Amino acid sequence: MSDHEYTPKSKAGKWFNDRLPLLTLANHLTDYPTPKNLNYWWTFGGILTFCLITQIITGLTLAMHYIAHADMAFDSVEHIMRDVNYGWLIRYIHANGASMFFLAVYIHIFRSLFYGSYKAPREIIWIIGIVIYLLMMAAAFMGYVLPWGQMSFWGATVITNLFSAIPLVGEGIVTWLWGGYSVDNPTLTRFFTLHYLIPFLILGLVVLHIWALHVPGNNNPIGIDVKKPSKDTVPFHPYIVIKDGFALLMFMIVFAFFVFYTPNILGHADNYIEANPLVTPAHIVPEWYLLPFYAILRSVPDKLLGVIAMLSAIFILAALPWLDTSKIRSAVFRPLYKQFYWILVADVLVLGYMGAMPAEGLYLLIARVATAYYFLHFLVILPVLGFKEKTLPIPLSITEPVLGGTPNLAAAKNKESFKA
Amino acid sequence: MSEKKPKRREFLFTATYAIGVVGAGVVAWPLIDQMNPDASVKALASTEVDLSSVKPGNTITIMWRGKPVFIRRRTPDEIAEARAVNVKELIDPESDEERVKNPEWLVMIGVCTHLGCVPLNDKGDYNGWFCPCHGSHYDISGRIRKGPAPTNMEIPKYEFVNANTIKIG
Ligand code: HEM
Ligand code: FES
Repeated sequence: MSDHEYTPKSKAGKWFNDRLPLLTLANHLTDYPTPKNLNYWWTFGGILTFCLITQIITGLTLAMHYIAHADMAFDSVEHIMRDVNYGWLIRYIHANGASMFFLAVYIHIFRSLFYGSYKAPREIIWIIGIVIYLLMMAAAFMGYVLPWGQMSFWGATVITNLFSAIPLVGEGIVTWLWGGYSVDNPTLTRFFTLHYLIPFLILGLVVLHIWALHVPGNNNPIGIDVKKPSKDTVPFHPYIVIKDGFALLMFMIVFAFFVFYTPNILGHADNYIEANPLVTPAHIVPEWYLLPFYAILRSVPDKLLGVIAMLSAIFILAALPWLDTSKIRSAVFRPLYKQFYWILVADVLVLGYMGAMPAEGLYLLIARVATAYYFLHFLVILPVLGFKEKTLPIPLSITEPVLGGTPNLAAAKNKESFKA
Repeated sequence: MSEKKPKRREFLFTATYAIGVVGAGVVAWPLIDQMNPDASVKALASTEVDLSSVKPGNTITIMWRGKPVFIRRRTPDEIAEARAVNVKELIDPESDEERVKNPEWLVMIGVCTHLGCVPLNDKGDYNGWFCPCHGSHYDISGRIRKGPAPTNMEIPKYEFVNANTIKIG
């Protein structure tokens, strides 16, 4: 939080601010002191906010034309594609937007893993982030059901059936989720309701996420505590606003490439076939962003244990601040952790690839090894590493490494004079 | 102040909260139960099927409660194969006799007991069904033999109305 008191300049502003301190909030946000060494991996928070707003706006406009009924949903999506003015554009932005959203969130999460952003005092920010991530998966899963194609139907069937693994009450829960004895119209209408609701829940959590962030302030690439405001920080506006804006433009180029040049490459052709409860497509695969978890599910030969493994793979992340016993945040000063970090990245990519392949033979074997390694990383390597690893000396301030270690006061003065 | 007063207050507070919780539960139940199958869904509970056109060695698929039901007219060889299996070795031990009313007709819900896909006819390592989703193999009695599915394909409630008609449900 900014420490200084703020008074609006105009009389009207002061009158309003005394009654509802919105201007104080706006001032806090513009002046918010940010570490001056933030790199481009820190721009994904802003990009994620953009993705959420994009999904909400395109979703609301789709909802004006979409019909949530098992007999009409598929046709109404085709109607959006062919008849509605710019319907194709809005739908392609929404469908690809979900993928872009996950691309950004994965980068954002792996940024946190590399720089130790989940460690004290930022555990609550991290856990809210994991809840947002879970809700995103729920929203995307239910959104994918709405066009009522073959993948929609069978994806919904397989995922809801995961609950049937629960002993005793499992079947009852699945019937309750479906509102019938199979995925059908009641399932579609409730999924639409929840798909509509969840993004707004996410929006609320994003506010909490940022609020929790503004208590300790941003972590930074060297992971040390920064005195704020100080020579180590710059105000959010204009420095971070412009940098985030530039990164967002780059991101939008990638986004636009998908929307305009290969709008269906991330989807599945089978979803342009209307749902048929009597025929399962030969290869049902979830969307790419769920593949690593799907691989974990399939690599366990037992139904209940498979579901438990898959859920644990996600929930283990919430315990990460306590599993990682090292006091040093940034991987820059943790030579061993840095290597294990990249192995984990490779491991997750391998899992993703195996999730898309048939679960048999060599694929299955590799998926099993990768699943075991995933848990090994979090449950054994991280806790032990904190005690064993010899970390590098960390600098005392952000300015120190910029100046080559030896405090050169003349150079420091010159540097400071650049920012006014 | 005497000792008595705050105690009485505490009791009143606790009682009020307790009633509040019970009240919230009572209100929540209809909101939860509305998601269970409604009367119109439950009303579709039974179907009659004419079997006269099914040839030996063929399977027909019909819809019952939104789910596929496989009806296979088994050949004598297939029946013999289903009965030759050592029941004790099965993942979900069940004899073929327990799974059929008339050995010629195997009637079962055509839903993989793993995660609900529809298995393919005449496929897999056991001459029965194969589920393409995660690779479960079923034999000619619909019993799980290999793969992640935990149990045999389910047998619905059905009865023969006459020699050529069955009623499912
Ligand atoms: C977290 C934000 C959101 C995500 C990740 C998301 C994701 C998705 C996905 C993956 C689809 C399937 C696209 C396809 O293959 O056709 C979809 C469809 C849909 N979504 Fe969303 N969505 C979000 C927000 C919203 C909101 C806020 C609304 C409405 C207010 C909405 C309304 C719809 C509608 C009507 C469809 C069906 C049309 C279609 O399939 O293109 N979405 N969504
Ligand atoms: S649903 Fe049949 S094997 Fe998974």
